Amino acid sequence: MDLQIALLLGQDGIVNGAIYALLALALVLVFAVTRVIFIPQGEFVAYGALTLASLQIGQTPGTLWLLMVLGVAVTALDAPALWRQGCRAGPKIYGLIGRQIAYPLVIAALVLGAQPKDWPMLLQVLLALAVVVPLGPQLYRVAYQPIAEASVLILLIVSVALHLALVGLGLLFFGAEGSRTPAFSDASLEVGGLTISGQSMWVVGASLVLIIALYAFFERSLYGKALRATAINRAGARLMGISTTLAGKLSFLLAAAIGALSGILIAPLTTIYYDTGFLVGLKGFVGAIVGGLASYPVAAAGALLVGLLEAFSSFHASAFKEVIVFTLIIPVLVWRSLTTRHVEEEE
Amino acid sequence: MTSRQLLIVFVVLLGLGPLVLPEFYVTLLNYIGLYALVALGVVLLTGVGGLTSFGQAAFVGVGAYATAALTTATDLPTWLLPLANPWGGLLVGLVLTALIALLLGVLTLRLSGHYLPLGTIAWGISLYFLFGNLQFLGGHTGISGIPALSMAGIELRDGRHYYYLIWAVLLVAIWLTHNLLDSRAGRAIRALKGGVVMAEAMGVDTARAKTTIFLIAALFACLSGWLYAHLQRFVNPTPFGLHIGIEYLFMAVIGGAAYVWGALVGAALITVLKQWLQDLLPQLFGATGNFEVIAFGLLMIVVLHRARDGLWPWLARWLPEKSALAGRHMDAPPLPRRPVPIAGTPLLEVKDAIKQFGGLVANDRMSLHVNAGEILALIGPNGAGKSTFFNLVTGVNPPTAGEVRFMGERVDGRTSRVIARMGMSRTFQHVRLLAGMTVLENVALGAHMRGKHGVPSAMLHLEREEERCLLAEAARHCQRVGLGEHLQDAAGSLPLGKQRIVEIARALAADPCLLLLDEPAAGLRFMEKQALAELLKQLRAEGMGILLVEHDMEFVMDLADRVVVMEFGKKIAEGLPHAVQNDPAVIEAYLGGVE
Repeated sequence: MDLQIALLLGQDGIVNGAIYALLALALVLVFAVTRVIFIPQGEFVAYGALTLASLQIGQTPGTLWLLMVLGVAVTALDAPALWRQGCRAGPKIYGLIGRQIAYPLVIAALVLGAQPKDWPMLLQVLLALAVVVPLGPQLYRVAYQPIAEASVLILLIVSVALHLALVGLGLLFFGAEGSRTPAFSDASLEVGGLTISGQSMWVVGASLVLIIALYAFFERSLYGKALRATAINRAGARLMGISTTLAGKLSFLLAAAIGALSGILIAPLTTIYYDTGFLVGLKGFVGAIVGGLASYPVAAAGALLVGLLEAFSSFHASAFKEVIVFTLIIPVLVWRSLTTRHVEEEE
Repeated sequence: MTSRQLLIVFVVLLGLGPLVLPEFYVTLLNYIGLYALVALGVVLLTGVGGLTSFGQAAFVGVGAYATAALTTATDLPTWLLPLANPWGGLLVGLVLTALIALLLGVLTLRLSGHYLPLGTIAWGISLYFLFGNLQFLGGHTGISGIPALSMAGIELRDGRHYYYLIWAVLLVAIWLTHNLLDSRAGRAIRALKGGVVMAEAMGVDTARAKTTIFLIAALFACLSGWLYAHLQRFVNPTPFGLHIGIEYLFMAVIGGAAYVWGALVGAALITVLKQWLQDLLPQLFGATGNFEVIAFGLLMIVVLHRARDGLWPWLARWLPEKSALAGRHMDAPPLPRRPVPIAGTPLLEVKDAIKQFGGLVANDRMSLHVNAGEILALIGPNGAGKSTFFNLVTGVNPPTAGEVRFMGERVDGRTSRVIARMGMSRTFQHVRLLAGMTVLENVALGAHMRGKHGVPSAMLHLEREEERCLLAEAARHCQRVGLGEHLQDAAGSLPLGKQRIVEIARALAADPCLLLLDEPAAGLRFMEKQALAELLKQLRAEGMGILLVEHDMEFVMDLADRVVVMEFGKKIAEGLPHAVQNDPAVIEAYLGGVE
């Protein structure tokens, strides 16, 4: 391997690592706030990419139907309690119907009636996000909120069940063939004999912007601080008037947005299949576990390491790429088990 | 009909199955048996022990590939030749599985609960890709031409032959698991769900118990893989992927993860459902694919929301009740007891113990001693540091500085399990019983350290004599504290005051010389308090030392020989009950200063 190849692989690793880092951050966020290990994160990657691909070739993405069905389900779950509150709950009921019934109908009208095939790419991306991102809080409401106080283990099993259902739906919505979307820009940069594609720069740039935005959100905004408070102490946060349900939905909204955007960013670089997201998400996971599911910077660094390791192992032993990446978790667990003194969590 | 007769009917029906059923159903039943064997391991792991693995399919793969590779290889080195047959394959598979399970267990079981499942996800994926990419394992096309098994001169040629083997293995595995759970070792495993602190205080080596069940579950899976390989005569990586590993967990949870028969119910349901949905859904959707996972995922979420115990408890309502075993245990000979220290010898001596949590000093230079045949009461306002002191003495949270001696030996820095073995027993302020287990079983858990038979003899029920003695001992302690009529009630069904008494019986069953009681009288009614006081006086007369934390002053002043008062982590008074009651510092601590 000469320097040229090493640089090429390094570039590959950094691009993938940036995506894994984003996913790792979302996973740490969701786990810290809700104690949910969000295995279905990867499905949002696939849904984001494939929804965009469907819109671009003029097909109706199946995720649109999921958005509408879940909207009805959330309304059915939430409306009875609001109804019992009587007239005080009036605005809340309108809000609920607006978000869960009217919004999906508007989006459906846009997708079906406004020919998004011919839109500029930026608007297509926004429409794809508008379809996929609300699924996050909807799924939280339907699958997790009823058992929000259950043990981490039960929540994990629910996550795995949800992952399975979403993969199956992905196959139903998008079929077994993969899709690749056109690049955001055809520009490329020549640095010291190395060509860097415009899409790679988009991925790394967008990841950096998102990470900074997340940092600002958590440090500066009230909602960000509420999420951090919930992560540190749920009961305490509730006593301060922070709704843990809202915090849960908000963290799922962010996770879904990060997942879908990640998918949209990598769709021009690699072919995305309905089940691609799972492996991508799990690599983010390996990064998150490096950070002990608690530290954001360490998780991001770990994810970058996963990306680089993957790139270099695909050169030396491409058949064993996945084996090497997922075996990385073993030394990490050794290190964790040697450094953590396990103290039982009091329920 | 008793449950034993029902079981016999079930086994007879199973035996007649292949004689009357068409080929298709025999095959289906074969697969149900194979899956149930894996799910049984998951029941032990998840439902009983509170751990989870998504990687069981990978262990099935190890079992299948080990025998496939050994029985089909053509150019084996000579030293491997004796293993180039199905039995050698089984042996190698089991050894490999055990090694992998032990390694994973050592790595992940010390960490908090979710690292094991995450580790198994990663390992499940790794192994799947490894199977698919190693040339000597046939890559993604797999290995074909695996020989049929032959046993006692009979070659097992078709599914009907394997049927008997598979179901015999499964029934034996169910029998072994059932035996294990109904034993001393099984109680230790079931105690894992009550939390590590409680189990260790009963002398259970929790890390070892966790590793054991992970190992057993892995070996069951490996055995299923071995049977699968010889039934199919062909293996490829697909049935050992992560999604199948997840399906095994679903089988256990849907069937009833806490029940051995739940594994069978779950495996049957999921297998039949999968068969049906794989025909139905592609027609319905007009496309091919594994759409049944959508239904499984949704079904699983509904089960976890609405009926977390799965289907088995619901089915079990129609089964005959187990006959009460209450009186049966009383005639066993008593267990040997440890020598009772002479009254007045110092049992516990704490000198200048300090416990700091960051900047907070929860215990500041605490000193006290408890002698044999004496009741020492430790009192103080809420937040004075009494529970911290308990944890410090019992080894749950060792002191930052200072020394703790028990029976003349330094014990600070030792684990609570070691200290418990030396003869120190405790109860918990927040009751920590296993709500689903009977009172008798909960108390028998206290006697854990007085038995010695391990998992293998428990599985074969070779330890019945010891078990009878342990249960008799537990029953005697239940009688003694006045729980004689509740032996077979679920501990969680008792009122809170009675549950505290169960905790005392459990502590006594360990045959301690020092008893630590954390607010034993809270929630008791007047008569019950009097009975408790009588019991404690009796124990004192027998030479036991008792350290008592309690808020009920009348109870304390009537009972204690000496009283130590704590406030803000410090000892502010010590002496005879009445002297302490009139101590100005104590009055100030409890009632505020006189202006």
